[in-house]
Amino acid sequence: MAAPAAVEISHLHFRYGDRDVLRDINMRIPQGSIVAIMGQSGCGKTTLLRLIGGQLRPSQGELRVDGEDMCAIDEAALYRLRRRMGMLFQFGALFTDMTVFDNVAFQMREHTALAESLIRDLTLLKLQAVGLRGACDRMPGELSGGMARRAALARAIALDPRLMMYDEPFTGLDPISMGVIARLIRDLNQALGTTSIIVTHDVQESMRLVDYVFFVSAGVIVAQGTPDEIRASGLPYVHQFVWGEMDGPVPFHYPAPPIGALIGAAPATLPGAAAHA
Amino acid sequence: MLEGLLGSLRQVGAMTLEIAEGIGAVLVFLVLTLRHSATSFRRFSLTIREMFYSGVMSLIIILVSGLFVGMVLGLQGYETLQTYGSAESVGTLVALSLTRELGPVVSALLFASRAGSAITAEIGLMKATEQLSAMEMMAINPIARVIGPRFWGGFLAMPLLSAMFTAMGVLGGYVIAVIVIGVDSGAFWSQMQGAVDVMHDVVNSMIKSAVFGLAVSAIATYQGYAAAPTAEGVSGATTRTVVSSSLAILALDLVLTAIMFKG
Repeated sequence: MAAPAAVEISHLHFRYGDRDVLRDINMRIPQGSIVAIMGQSGCGKTTLLRLIGGQLRPSQGELRVDGEDMCAIDEAALYRLRRRMGMLFQFGALFTDMTVFDNVAFQMREHTALAESLIRDLTLLKLQAVGLRGACDRMPGELSGGMARRAALARAIALDPRLMMYDEPFTGLDPISMGVIARLIRDLNQALGTTSIIVTHDVQESMRLVDYVFFVSAGVIVAQGTPDEIRASGLPYVHQFVWGEMDGPVPFHYPAPPIGALIGAAPATLPGAAAHA
Repeated sequence: MLEGLLGSLRQVGAMTLEIAEGIGAVLVFLVLTLRHSATSFRRFSLTIREMFYSGVMSLIIILVSGLFVGMVLGLQGYETLQTYGSAESVGTLVALSLTRELGPVVSALLFASRAGSAITAEIGLMKATEQLSAMEMMAINPIARVIGPRFWGGFLAMPLLSAMFTAMGVLGGYVIAVIVIGVDSGAFWSQMQGAVDVMHDVVNSMIKSAVFGLAVSAIATYQGYAAAPTAEGVSGATTRTVVSSSLAILALDLVLTAIMFKG
């Protein structure tokens, strides 16, 4: 990891009210790499992504994105930085009152003084890259989940960002759409040299795609390494997560008083008793 | 006994603080919207588009309501005035009632229910589906691009809707008083012309509806932007827009009437 860092985080804490969401996070994401941030739902992955995107400010610690100190950045500098970023939201977040074409052209029209004819050509090229040129006149409501995600990806790369963030890009997709999105992420990384951060809990698909993995649990990075290192990890949490085991450090049951005492039955006779044991 | 009294006082205090906090939040949001309003005027087509959705799309309900309110005023006015032998003054009564009060107030209440709720629901849903976050991540300020044009669109549409409501109301009064009942047409119009003052009545009416438009647009955009990003959050925000706007319109009307027509 000798390349300059696209994102550098050291001793980052993030507090929401009196709850610690992230604690002592340390990360270095080299330029041009594809990195996954994994962990179960609610562990703080998306919060971390929002911190990197400047939508939240760290409570403590250091966070640098493309050399900019995100703790001290002012609004104008943040907006300049965001022009070099792209983000794919979990469900696409396409603007529902615009066609697919207008969604993709949106940033070019807002941020550049390009002629409409040039914007049209560039937009069609972006849509061609995600295989949706033929759907350019459709409204977002007329697209399937996979198509909406691809259209949102075309919109996110409209200005050729240096840093791409993907929030759960594989959630709710069929295997074909999932494969298409994964291939597009890889192609984008190779063609543009874009740094990619993928927040996901889809282990198998993302392990094939990424260079490095950070595992987050309860707001703390509990493991990190290359996909091979992660697969071989003996850490119980990582093992349970990677191999999808039902019980382990992350218990099957949400904490509750013993059910036998509540309904007057012997615990061993209850459904799920084995997992609970 | 004392505990109960103190409890009630505490409740009143808490409620007052909550209302003050709500008004403060809307005012802070209004200032933020005004600060980021350059886009709404630099790219006026965005504001025109919102004027279309807030104004033109509310025309039917405004015009039909105006017509019925004017007709009812014509009927009621004639019934009362004829007992004093001044049925020809019905035109004056219809015009003054509509211009000074009913036009701005009823059209603003209708505007809050029709356009205000739609603005809140649209912004709330944009928030719930992360469209506002997406815009932020594209380095586009949603207050400037989404809130500003909707605020100004509503603000500019309101006085026009109020004027149309009043015009339709006068027409409704004419239909009932002159065509149906048979009041003299010349007396109807000439008495109205003599009694309605442009500055005192028409301009004040426009000022009232502009203030109502500002209040409704600020409340509607704020409620949408502050809505919890869930189905319940958006539906709650929509209800709050209609309730808060209606109360704000009635309270502001009292203040404005006291200032404008006290003499």
